[in-house]
Amino acid sequence: MKEFFNALADPSRFFLIFTVAVFAMLKWREFFTAPKVALTIFFGAVVFFVWAIRDPGFKANITKPDNIPIIFMLFLVGFFSWLSLYRAVKNDRRIDRGELPEEAVENPKKVLTWPDLVYSEFLCMLIGTAVLLIWALLLKAPLEEPANPNKTPNPSKAPWYFLGLQEMLVYFDPWLAGVILPGLIVNGLMAIPYVDTNPKGNGYYTFKERPFAITSFFFGFIVLWVSMIILMTFLRGPNQAFFGPFEPWNLHKVEPTVNIQFSQIFWEQWLGTSRPTGWFLRELPGIALVVGYLAITPMLLAKTVCKKMVAQMGNPRYLTMMIMFLIMVAMPIKMVLRWTFNLQFIVNIQELFLNI
Amino acid sequence: MAAAAAKPAAPRPKVQLVWEPKELHRRDWMLVASWSLFALSSLVGTLFYVLRYLFPNVTYEPPLQFKAGLPTEFAPGRVDERFKASFGTWVVRNELGLYALSTVCTHLGCTPNWLEGEQKFKCPCHGSGFRKTGINFEGPAPRPLERYRIGLADDGQVMIDKSAKFQGEKGEWANPESFLYV
Ligand code: FES
Repeated sequence: MKEFFNALADPSRFFLIFTVAVFAMLKWREFFTAPKVALTIFFGAVVFFVWAIRDPGFKANITKPDNIPIIFMLFLVGFFSWLSLYRAVKNDRRIDRGELPEEAVENPKKVLTWPDLVYSEFLCMLIGTAVLLIWALLLKAPLEEPANPNKTPNPSKAPWYFLGLQEMLVYFDPWLAGVILPGLIVNGLMAIPYVDTNPKGNGYYTFKERPFAITSFFFGFIVLWVSMIILMTFLRGPNQAFFGPFEPWNLHKVEPTVNIQFSQIFWEQWLGTSRPTGWFLRELPGIALVVGYLAITPMLLAKTVCKKMVAQMGNPRYLTMMIMFLIMVAMPIKMVLRWTFNLQFIVNIQELFLNI
Repeated sequence: MAAAAAKPAAPRPKVQLVWEPKELHRRDWMLVASWSLFALSSLVGTLFYVLRYLFPNVTYEPPLQFKAGLPTEFAPGRVDERFKASFGTWVVRNELGLYALSTVCTHLGCTPNWLEGEQKFKCPCHGSGFRKTGINFEGPAPRPLERYRIGLADDGQVMIDKSAKFQGEKGEWANPESFLYV
């Protein structure tokens, strides 16, 4: 049984299962959000934790003061995803029948900031403070010895909310994963109100009226960000090697991997020659691939699958959205390539410290 | 007519649209002076401490040059970790001679660990791996560990100079100063 879970936790397998699960949940949301099914899943998770915590290694990892909030977060994320989908499904049914969404029936007029919003905000603040207080009383702060530049803790992990960033750093150069991509994430989030002009779903839950937006959100947040927090917290051990949840953290776990560059694959394996010496010619296929991915794909999609979308959004909006979307999708592509082929960089210009 | 004359003049508007210098009374002067003094001193104080902050009390930099002992002290094929904590350097001996590797990961600057069993340096931050030569082969590190200048001092000891770095990806390891034949 434990071996089975360890095998599932192999990164590519874990990522695949996770992604498929999220998409399945969206596709068959009517089934999965039924309270009985959702409760079964919830109890299944609880039973799993209760069973798994008898394993000393798993227990040590789960009960680390740093990791307890992550467990809370996982359950909360699950709960709120369920809640939003559950209400969306209900509303979609009503809209299909030609009725108004629930929220519109509950509050036919506008809701006031004061007292409605401020009141619930105040309540939330009180509850939040209480929870933090109890938390601070019950759990010791996980302080460590003073920092020492000669001794990096092994494994070194960022605070949980940054684990997604740290995981990105495994696949990309610091300038890309630490500067450009986070900048794009922030800017992309700020661009959403300008890009997404669909007025539907304002003030009520719905899925059918904005399937693309909600699916992208689930993909970007749950699949990319949350799954990486899980991966980083529970599946990476010393030396950032991957460990199953029930595998002891062996300092000397050997993972024989040797990186390969895209230029090597292209020139040596496909063409059977040696790589050109100048970096430009050597990296040309990789550069072409990256540029093609970002420049040609949007056009191809605009001509085929996304025709309607372009007509609705107009070119500038469509391009902004598509490029952001493609960059987001590039992340898992690169991860899977690294895990399966040990591909280190697609463009690898060491001479200029520019790798993609 | 008389009643109209007795009517008080329209009150002057309270809001002064044009600033005219007022006569400063002694009390007002005190007030202005103390507020300006307060503002000035906070400004100067803040500036001073901002600048002061840039120069911490401690220097973490160990001296850039150090003697690492006689060449015979280094066993062939071994990574010497004695100078890792004090000088941030690994001294490695192969069949031909000695070289000094920097302990700074070329990805984001963590300190990797030498794993004797696997014969590799492994970084705990994002999992970069380097061979004994310093060449990167796994994980995200884009280039090899840097080598320091190494030579013999007058007394026959190995002398390592961290002010000169040699980067393998630029072909600088061919430089005779980056390798000590002994
Ligand atoms: S700092 Fe060494 S792998 Fe990132």
